[in-house]
Amino acid sequence: MNQENLLVGLAGVLAAAAPILFAVLGETLSERAGVINLSMNGTILLTAMSGFAVAYTTDSLLLGFLAGMLIGAVVALIVAFASITLKQSQVAVGFVLALTCRDLAYFLGNPFMGVSGPRLQAAPIPVLSDIPVLGPVFFRQEVITYVSYLAIFLAWLWIYRTRPGLMLQGIGEKPAAAYIRGANVNLMRYVYTVIGGALIGLAGPAYSLGVRAGWMGTISGLDGIGWIALSITIFGGWNPARAAFGAYLFALLQWLGLVLQPVLTQVPSQVLQVAPFPLMILTLLLVNIGNAEWVERTLAAMPESTRKFFAKLLRAMRASPPAALGVPFERD
Amino acid sequence: MNVELKNIHKHFGKTYANKGINLSIPSGTIQGILGENGAGKSTLMKILSGFIQADPGGEIILNGKPVVIHSPADAIHVGVGMLHQDPLDFPPMRVLDNFLLGRSGGLFPNRGAVAQDFKRLAEQFDFSLDPDNYVDALTVGERQQLEIIRLLWLGARVLILDEPTTGISASQKTKLFATLKKLADQGMTIIFVSHKLEDVESLCHQVAVLRAGELVGTTKPPYNTSRLVEMMFGKIVTLGERQPAKSGEPVLSLRDISLEDVRLKIRNVNLDLRAGEVIGLAGLEGSGQGMFIRACAGLVRPVGGRILLKGRDLTGRSYHTFKREGVNFLPASRLEEGLVPGLSLTDHFVLAEEPNGVFIDRAAGQRLAEERIKAFNIRGTPFSTVESLSGGNQQRAELALLQSPLSLILLEHPTRGLDIESVIYIWSKLKDRCHQDSAAILFISSDLEEILQYSDRVLVFFSGKVSAPIDAATTSVDQLGQLIGGKGWQEKGGSHA
Repeated sequence: MNQENLLVGLAGVLAAAAPILFAVLGETLSERAGVINLSMNGTILLTAMSGFAVAYTTDSLLLGFLAGMLIGAVVALIVAFASITLKQSQVAVGFVLALTCRDLAYFLGNPFMGVSGPRLQAAPIPVLSDIPVLGPVFFRQEVITYVSYLAIFLAWLWIYRTRPGLMLQGIGEKPAAAYIRGANVNLMRYVYTVIGGALIGLAGPAYSLGVRAGWMGTISGLDGIGWIALSITIFGGWNPARAAFGAYLFALLQWLGLVLQPVLTQVPSQVLQVAPFPLMILTLLLVNIGNAEWVERTLAAMPESTRKFFAKLLRAMRASPPAALGVPFERD
Repeated sequence: MNVELKNIHKHFGKTYANKGINLSIPSGTIQGILGENGAGKSTLMKILSGFIQADPGGEIILNGKPVVIHSPADAIHVGVGMLHQDPLDFPPMRVLDNFLLGRSGGLFPNRGAVAQDFKRLAEQFDFSLDPDNYVDALTVGERQQLEIIRLLWLGARVLILDEPTTGISASQKTKLFATLKKLADQGMTIIFVSHKLEDVESLCHQVAVLRAGELVGTTKPPYNTSRLVEMMFGKIVTLGERQPAKSGEPVLSLRDISLEDVRLKIRNVNLDLRAGEVIGLAGLEGSGQGMFIRACAGLVRPVGGRILLKGRDLTGRSYHTFKREGVNFLPASRLEEGLVPGLSLTDHFVLAEEPNGVFIDRAAGQRLAEERIKAFNIRGTPFSTVESLSGGNQQRAELALLQSPLSLILLEHPTRGLDIESVIYIWSKLKDRCHQDSAAILFISSDLEEILQYSDRVLVFFSGKVSAPIDAATTSVDQLGQLIGGKGWQEKGGSHA
């Protein structure tokens, strides 16, 4: 492979990761507040279809994206209402919504199957796109990809550097403690779930108006992406920066599966297509290995300096979920 | 700040948790609130700190002005801050983030300025807290210190402390008391809620006693302990005599046991625990006693040495084998490890029985539950879920669940958070079981008086070091306190029994 192809390929990885990124960031915000939005897979399919349909009908890409965000927010609102106000199981509600939204997408999307419609065009950033290597990889993308870079940074900044972001961490960790510090826990949970839902709703149009334009129904290649995003949220330890790393890693693995196919002819192509999934599971295992008792024991047996190094490494890698994830909050 | 509570009522359903309470606390006073579990102390404090609202008709008056407190945020706004028994902080977050969380201000907090305020306050009270440390690495005592300076920073002029001496070390307690006295001298009002008489007597300027939701009376020093106990319980309660140690056959024998986890190493412990004997494990939380008792329960595998139960080698066997051999372990977290929230008392007794076919005989289970509820004096019905019981009654339920016959009972903080009457009851039941089954008891407690009162011998833990067994009858609380703090290990040191 020559250098140019490699750069184009890497740029493609960044673009392909954008929908996963939006979904992961949305889910991260929602779960940080303590609400699991399990409807993600269905939401992404539904917003991909409706985002394309709206853009096609109105001939406006912007309206397509807004429609996606609105639908994502509405689905998240249902999750929030059922879990926060009605105190029902988030898992059950989310799962049913995931299935419903998926079927709705396939059913309502029929008239738009295979239609060619508007799509985002690459918008190179002047000056920046001329930097060697970095330019072609990062700055000759579609607008939505730039938005995805920005979203990572903003989400990280919000959670770790702002006052409301600290409170958000607190709400997911120990709502009672956040409450005595003046937080309106349930209102904030609504807000973050809905904002998170709107972000998830951006994932669909990012795909159907960008990565792979159009609506192809069941062969869109999109089904399952929500579940992957869910696992990347965990892999990312509810930290936007780490989650972004996970999303890019997954997109990279998928791309490698494609480019390696002609090289590794003796390996059946199905293996390479499926490989990213078990690899993600493996990474998840690695991340959480520090929780296992045998690891602690192995560590304890190591000489002091090595032990300290690995203990630090494991502590840095380990991510524990917000302690109040999925737990309704009641005053006393 | 002068605090006045006027005619405070609070009912839950038909029962009154607070009934017409009137209390006046002048500025600069350390006010003790005494009462057994369920006497209404917590309810009263939750009303003052905004967690719950009193029934209409009552008044809270601060410095002569009536105030309405709808939430904890309101409370801190008018100057009332509360330190909860389980610190309401965020363990995975840094100390400084915990400190600044909840203080209003701009979008991006100025961490540098906050850190300066933090340092100044910490120095003022001689607290050594690292702002960059994670809260889950702190002891309960340090987390209290963090909460105290946080509340002061937010402008608290009234500080409520709910059972603050539970789970902290003797030296931390000394420091806490010194801090509270200093604050009172500065004109703060301190409300100290406790069921520990000696703490209240040594600290408080005046004491109010609650019983069954009502204020029974207030007293000032000098305190008369037996009078206070009588006010709390409505009757006279005595501790009972120390019972001399019996030396039966060894039940549990440890031979050169070594244990390890990431933080601690325990090396070559030898011990013979005899039938009828009670050994107390003393030490600051996290000194290795938790790992030690779990090793005796078969939950932690030793890295070296052997564990023998009545002569049988059980080294490396599973928890279930230990249990079959008559080892029962009651962990500190009753609702997390000991009982199953959501299940009723009947369910628990049915589960603990030997399985008899696949189907459950409900009627028999209920009869059994009624029997045990009576025998163990549990306040609840066969249908009560365990989480609806008070702490003391949960502990009684756990005792009622002990299998029989038993050879070894392992207990972690068996009476933490319980009032004296429950403590005495639980220990009498435990000792009964001990004699009945000629079993032995190994227990962890952070209450040194409890350790000396109820054990025959004591093992002291200090960062993984284990003392030789010490005779409880000839040791004082002071001596024990020194050892726990790591002093005097030359004479008592070594790890052989």
